[in-house]
Amino acid sequence: MSLTVFSILGLASVIFALLMVLTKNPVRSVIFLILTFFSIAGQYVLLNAQFLAVVHIIVYAGAVMVLFLFVLMLLNLNAEAEPRQTDRWKLGAAIAAGMLLVTFVGALRGGIQITVPAETNPQVGLVQNLGKVLFTDFVVPFEIAGILFLAAMVGAVLLAKRDVKI
Amino acid sequence: MLDVIKSVPIEYYVWLSSLLFCIGVFGVLIRRNAIVVLMCIELMLNAVNLLLAAFSTYLSDAQGQIMVFFIMVVAAAEAAWGWAFWS
Repeated sequence: MSLTVFSILGLASVIFALLMVLTKNPVRSVIFLILTFFSIAGQYVLLNAQFLAVVHIIVYAGAVMVLFLFVLMLLNLNAEAEPRQTDRWKLGAAIAAGMLLVTFVGALRGGIQITVPAETNPQVGLVQNLGKVLFTDFVVPFEIAGILFLAAMVGAVLLAKRDVKI
Repeated sequence: MLDVIKSVPIEYYVWLSSLLFCIGVFGVLIRRNAIVVLMCIELMLNAVNLLLAAFSTYLSDAQGQIMVFFIMVVAAAEAAWGWAFWS
């Protein structure tokens, strides 16, 4: 049962990712990327990482992709606006990515040895457990992430108002 | 024990994530629109996120999922920066 769900979701994410890369229209790319993100969220639900699945949908499908759509529609980018790569470049890119995949497979095949603990805790991905770990073991990285967000916010405002004098 | 741990080997997640990551690399190489290149980078980040979450569940260790949150923070900050830069 889990294997079937995993296969369907994995196939969907790979197909949508390929469509997103290969389609000419940037707006369609965004739509296909959202579909890829939804199938990855399905994988998180399958892994019982429910809080992660919800956050993934809120952050990616809700915020990041809407921002990308905004930019694309604001700048009125379409298929004609994108400069085309030559076919030779595309072939080279396909070969390079394929070689990377071959490297991954060759390096990782048969080398993954994990011992699943005899008593796994199925509650590990729920919000109670994650909150405990985040606010005890990972307090300092959490605060640093807050500072990173503040920097990103200030930087975004500065970039948007280009004529500002510091 | 979760059904997924018994019926799906961890290798399958490794292969799926590798494939998604390579599709992202391919997209970065063939697209020339900067925003689409950023989207392909998001796809690569997501491939890594999926693998971290899978290992976290299989080893029933919450630290992997916390790491996914920090990657999401970086991705969101990157999107905010990109939006400001191109608009």
